[in-house]
Amino acid sequence: MSLTGYRKIALAALLFAALAPRAYALDAGAVQQLAAEDGDAKLAAINRLVTEGDVAAIGLFKAMQDDGLQIFNGRVVIVTGDGVKDAIHGETLVVPPDKLEAIVVNNRIRGALDSAIAALKLIVPQRAERLAAARAVAADAGEEMLPLIERALEKETDAEVKTLLAQAAAAIGLKSPVAERRRLAVQVLGQSENPQTKQLLAALLEKTPDGGYTEPDAAVREEAQKAIRAIDSRAVVPQLLGTVFYGLSLGSVLLLAALGLAITFGLMGIINMAHGEMLMIGAYTTYVVQALFRQYFPGAFDAYLIVAVPAAFAVSALVGIVLERGVIRHLYGRPLETLLTTWGISLVLIQLVRMLFGAQNVEVENPAWMSGGFSLGGGVVLAYNRLVIVVFAAFVVLLMWLLLNRTRLGLYLRAVTQNRAMAGCMGIPTPRVDALTFGLGSGIAGLGGVALSQIGNVGPDLGQSYIVDSFMVVVLGGVGQLAGTIIAALSLGEINKFLEPYAGAVLGKIIVLVFIILVIQKRPQGLFALRGRSAEA
Amino acid sequence: MRVKDLIGSKLKRALAAITVAAGLFAVSAVQAAETIKVGVLHSLSGTMAISETVLKDVTLMAIDEINAKGGVMGKKLEAVVVDPASNWPLFAEKARELIAQKKVSVVFGCWTSVSRKSVLPVFEELNSLLFYPVQYEGEELSKNVFYTGAAPNQQAIPAVEYLMSKDGGGAKRWVLLGTDYVYPRTTNKILRAFLKSKGVADKDIDEKYTPFGHADYQTIVADIKKFSAGGKTAVVSTINGDSNVPFYKELGNQGLKAKDVPVVAFSVGEEELRGVDTKPLVGHLAAWNYFQSLKGPENDAFKKKWADYAKKKNIAGHKDKPITNDPMEAAYIGINMWAQAVEKAKSTDTDKVIAAMAGQTFKAPSGILSKMDEKNHHLHKAVFIGEVKADGQFNVVWKTPGAVKAKPWSPYIAGNDKKKDEPEMTAKKK
Repeated sequence: MSLTGYRKIALAALLFAALAPRAYALDAGAVQQLAAEDGDAKLAAINRLVTEGDVAAIGLFKAMQDDGLQIFNGRVVIVTGDGVKDAIHGETLVVPPDKLEAIVVNNRIRGALDSAIAALKLIVPQRAERLAAARAVAADAGEEMLPLIERALEKETDAEVKTLLAQAAAAIGLKSPVAERRRLAVQVLGQSENPQTKQLLAALLEKTPDGGYTEPDAAVREEAQKAIRAIDSRAVVPQLLGTVFYGLSLGSVLLLAALGLAITFGLMGIINMAHGEMLMIGAYTTYVVQALFRQYFPGAFDAYLIVAVPAAFAVSALVGIVLERGVIRHLYGRPLETLLTTWGISLVLIQLVRMLFGAQNVEVENPAWMSGGFSLGGGVVLAYNRLVIVVFAAFVVLLMWLLLNRTRLGLYLRAVTQNRAMAGCMGIPTPRVDALTFGLGSGIAGLGGVALSQIGNVGPDLGQSYIVDSFMVVVLGGVGQLAGTIIAALSLGEINKFLEPYAGAVLGKIIVLVFIILVIQKRPQGLFALRGRSAEA
Repeated sequence: MRVKDLIGSKLKRALAAITVAAGLFAVSAVQAAETIKVGVLHSLSGTMAISETVLKDVTLMAIDEINAKGGVMGKKLEAVVVDPASNWPLFAEKARELIAQKKVSVVFGCWTSVSRKSVLPVFEELNSLLFYPVQYEGEELSKNVFYTGAAPNQQAIPAVEYLMSKDGGGAKRWVLLGTDYVYPRTTNKILRAFLKSKGVADKDIDEKYTPFGHADYQTIVADIKKFSAGGKTAVVSTINGDSNVPFYKELGNQGLKAKDVPVVAFSVGEEELRGVDTKPLVGHLAAWNYFQSLKGPENDAFKKKWADYAKKKNIAGHKDKPITNDPMEAAYIGINMWAQAVEKAKSTDTDKVIAAMAGQTFKAPSGILSKMDEKNHHLHKAVFIGEVKADGQFNVVWKTPGAVKAKPWSPYIAGNDKKKDEPEMTAKKK
């Protein structure tokens, strides 16, 4: 090794020596106080550590959040996967696990820890981290953070981070004894995108028990009212968009649940009470695929849906074909018997799944890219899983349209549903087409099941809650009309969501049902009736 | 013609089946002379199967355990399990079948309040005994029922008090969110009166209901968000069963964190969280009288017994990941107390057992010495408030110093102050 090599090592050692004691130079009293029984004492300790502004506290706070901060013989220690370390000096300890005592961390402490970590991170070099930290601090700033925020404001060059920091400082400024400073703080806060800000401002306008207001100065109150109005008016458009999106999302869930039925009931005329169970089979297939991925390819877990979609289609389609060949084809032309038989089949399928997987719901985890949401501002968040489902519904509709209008099977299918006898005479193998069509309908129901597994429960009774909705959509849209099904599903979704804020979920549902009854009375064939010769077939 | 033939042959077959069944029944009645029969009335199919199936299993486990120790009064217990299929009127029919035909001495069963209300007249008419293991809304006291779950003052009120306290976040505005049926409606009525007594104004309480099986909580979560902009808000959820999963998923996705708007639930336990990805839910709360995560020798023993039993009986779900929860504990306490009372009464006669139940104690898995109240047929229970952890278990953040006596007639409902805290001891005339 060359001389420079040694020099480097020596330098590193020196640096380390310089840094190492600093890393553990936390206020021992404050650290010890983190283990206090009382929540107030814990908070005071956190605040003290924040005021000192030592970044070394971040590790400690993080450990506390993950329940890693524990007590051993009255000493505060950090417990990680690889062992136990003293929280103040960092030396490794040998501790039997049953001697460790947990420090209770509740929501209040967890919130304080979040903002404490954020405050300490305000001066890190990475912009993204600073931005996130500034956001967190702006949402929940405490007085003890003011020195940190001011220090960060001085150094900060990025405009976005700066605005957030100014808002955080303003939130603290609301508590200033000087009325003019409070007024300026309110002005700054009026520009905030943060939903919590309104809460801060509204608090100023609250009345105290003795008849006055929390905020004594009238000018500040007026400014606060202005700021609240500004925040509210900025939220109007996003909130409307949000409601439209909620409706669209509910509509696409209804659509995915009903599309398969639109084929089996709408086109083929089979009253298929086991349709809900096809959804359920699709959802359980998703569950099985997910479990397989977790066991064999944990690295590719986030991609399990790519496999689950075709698998669910295949499994449900197969079950559908077996049903059609085994049972339903013997019942063509006898709707009442079909209804009873398929209902019986649905019970058998439910019980079968209950025996295989148990009566409890199973857990289907969203892939990471489907968790969380996209903020529209004004406190409106569009959840990613719902966005994905809207896109997925559009994709399934497109696929079905292509299949029905651009393939030979689609042509046969339309021919058979329009005039079975004639289609048979033309050499179309009608029994095979029947089986394939029923399989297609069931497979599409399976795809619906994949979507449902991402937003709700996966249990043996999954299908039961969607069967009525599915029939409702198909009947409302007009039997035999795919376009009708799509429009019916989407409009039911929108109507429901626009009614819900006013009427509540229970009454909203009733109003929708009454609406459907009225429509069906006026137009027994549904919104979009078939016209011409095929209507009589 | 064909249909008629079909019906005829079906009828004949059914008759034959009934005859065979009756024959079997007669045989089993003879064999059963040396045993005490106990009925188990939990839904094993339908909507409630999710929650109730384990209660049947834990009752059977307790019966096995009691039998292994020599039974009760030297006789073995024999379980008679029926399935009322989440169908409320069927509960009453099955209860009558258990008592009148199968001659059981006691019945352990029911989950929803509506099922309990449906069987109640049967138990009173035939003067039999029901042990009901689930937390409920109170407003009922029958001499024929022992309530081993919590009354509102043993669950709902302490939870709300905690959320009002500094440690709970000091909530000022309240969303009372529930499924639309008797338990949430009554609980919320009590809570509204309680909140008002604490000086919360009507405009700061938002009461919302959803139908059974509701799956789309987008609007509701967005509304909660809007409501919470007006001040520190907490949500009290009495959403039952299935709907919790979509509700919590939506909460997570819309980024409503527990530290901003905590949700406390009264019907969500370890079992309900099984189907949920709990990482976004960390910090949301539940109030119960038992958590699986409680530390103590009694709970360790209970959990081990359940894990072994689930493995032995191959109970789906539990054989790989055994989970215990509050109603399971309540069911377990109930059957053990009944066995003790029968030993004490030296009889399975309903009235003698009722008398022997008063003041009966049992070291519960929660670590508390549970006591059956001398008069009001409810257990004295400790209340725990837990926050959801990332692994689906609960971290106890608050507990009552000792056991709390149940108040089935909540003082927050008008007219209840005149009601007596004990059941009428004469059976109602029908």
